[in-house]
Amino acid sequence: MVPSQVTTDVPRTLLRTPTRSDRIYRGLAIGTGLLTLVILALIGLNLLLQSRTAIQSQGLRFLTSNAWSPQQAEPSFGIKAVLYWTIIIAFIALAIAIPVSIACALYLTELAPRQLQKPLRSLVDLLAAIPSLIYGMWGLLYLQPHMIPFATWISTKLDFVPFLRVSRPSFSSSALIAGVVVSLMVIPICTSVIREVFSQTPQGEKEAALAMGATRWEMIRTVVLPFGRGGIIGGSMLGLGRALGETIAVALIISPIFVIRPSVVETGANSVASLIALRFGEADALQRSGLVAAGLALFGLTLVVNTIAAFVVARSRSGAGVDI
Amino acid sequence: MTVTAEGVTNVEATKSGALEARAVSAWFGNHKVLENVNLFMPPQSVTALIGPSGCGKSTFLRILNRMHELVPIAQLSGEVLLDNEDIYAANVRATHTRARIGMVFQKPNPFPAMTIYENVLSGLKLTGTTVPNPDEVVETSLRQASLWNEVKDRLDSPGGALSGGQQQRLCIARSLAVQPDVLLMDEPCSALDPTSTRRVEETIHDIKQRVTVVIVTHNMQQAQRVSQQCAFFLAEENQPGYIVEAGLTTDIFGNPKDDRTNDYVNGRFG
Repeated sequence: MVPSQVTTDVPRTLLRTPTRSDRIYRGLAIGTGLLTLVILALIGLNLLLQSRTAIQSQGLRFLTSNAWSPQQAEPSFGIKAVLYWTIIIAFIALAIAIPVSIACALYLTELAPRQLQKPLRSLVDLLAAIPSLIYGMWGLLYLQPHMIPFATWISTKLDFVPFLRVSRPSFSSSALIAGVVVSLMVIPICTSVIREVFSQTPQGEKEAALAMGATRWEMIRTVVLPFGRGGIIGGSMLGLGRALGETIAVALIISPIFVIRPSVVETGANSVASLIALRFGEADALQRSGLVAAGLALFGLTLVVNTIAAFVVARSRSGAGVDI
Repeated sequence: MTVTAEGVTNVEATKSGALEARAVSAWFGNHKVLENVNLFMPPQSVTALIGPSGCGKSTFLRILNRMHELVPIAQLSGEVLLDNEDIYAANVRATHTRARIGMVFQKPNPFPAMTIYENVLSGLKLTGTTVPNPDEVVETSLRQASLWNEVKDRLDSPGGALSGGQQQRLCIARSLAVQPDVLLMDEPCSALDPTSTRRVEETIHDIKQRVTVVIVTHNMQQAQRVSQQCAFFLAEENQPGYIVEAGLTTDIFGNPKDDRTNDYVNGRFG
């Protein structure tokens, strides 16, 4: 071996001179990335400032009180019940949307004839383009009359389930109907996220399962679903974010109540977004501030949900041996 | 054109695991990729499929365990007999055939989220087979694939964490665990280092007592080392592939009848 000319045996600092286009690209990328964070922070700050009057007036009661009476001589309002119903509607929506979306995504990636896959994908994506007002009107005018007999039936047959027990036989404008409508709006979002992940399942693993004599369903269960688990969770969280924030369709359907009770089939529900939409026009300064505070709570909730979703999707398997 | 392996008596054809292709042609859409392939692959021995890239060897291999039909535009004609029964007959299930005729792929494809232990048993689980002694099956299969000594202390670690050569041997163990009659190997060593290649070749040598082996390889030395029969595939440009010559490996390499075989096995083209 010929000794090298370099005599010092210390790690060398590697210098590089970025080209001008490198610097421009870096600047742009960092700038736009930071811009979204700045906008997010500014929105939060703005909401915080505008809701200050309400928070000062109500203090912690804003989170623990059910009632919404900001116009009384002694104003009292809190978002506990509203937040409760927001989450209930979102969960009903997801309980329907997640299984349907997984089935849709599986059909679109694994089962549908090749020639049909692309048009069907576009159709599902098109569902996301329908304005939520249309969903709301459909829910109010078509779905509700058809849902009431079902709600009546299920609440009489299964009245031992607290969620289905009613105090009076009134089934219109319920959380269930709103949840079903919101689920339709969530399905296209969930489906497209899950579909993308499913379609990236390594061909080799699918063939390995099939070559050992697996049926298509066994292959899906052993290979596609475990691989797509991150996508299923991420897509569902994304759908949850959408369901929590849905405004006009829910506002059209529900009849607002400010109490917490288990029954989801009985008349009456609420949601933060619909509360804001319904009250904002007529609100005085204090109520307006209260509504902004409610919006701030919703903003925080969806931010947390979406952040968790992003983490889950990022941690899902891209190579080998990583598990959630 | 009919080319069958010579030196094979019909007595062996009655044993379990004899595979025979009769007048097999194959298409992808309108493109014909295989033309009238006839080949007998006798049990308890290794048949090597050699030939330049794109001559239809892998397609032929995938026809032998009904993986070909998974490609949406793929078609075929002719028949494939496993112990004298057509695997493409209407009353034969593809899943059943694939469980009897295992396959090892060019790229190692263990299930990365499963442990080594689960990987070996995955074939049994997929086909709904329960065995009284899973631990024993795992050990036997891994020993047959000469992987046992390397992984016996970490059967619970994920299959994806092994090296490439170990992954490939894990795939062989996984295929052997279901006790197939035939094992098809599609260039199993093309992504492996020389040591792992030698291990896989030893494995092939050991398992051929129990399993009929059909191996596609681009490595002439490997074909000579592991196989008893050899079939030389060739395709002219834009023409479907066909078998130029098939027979005992010693004849194909030592005394080929066709000049093109002679040129290929001596490295003069392809």
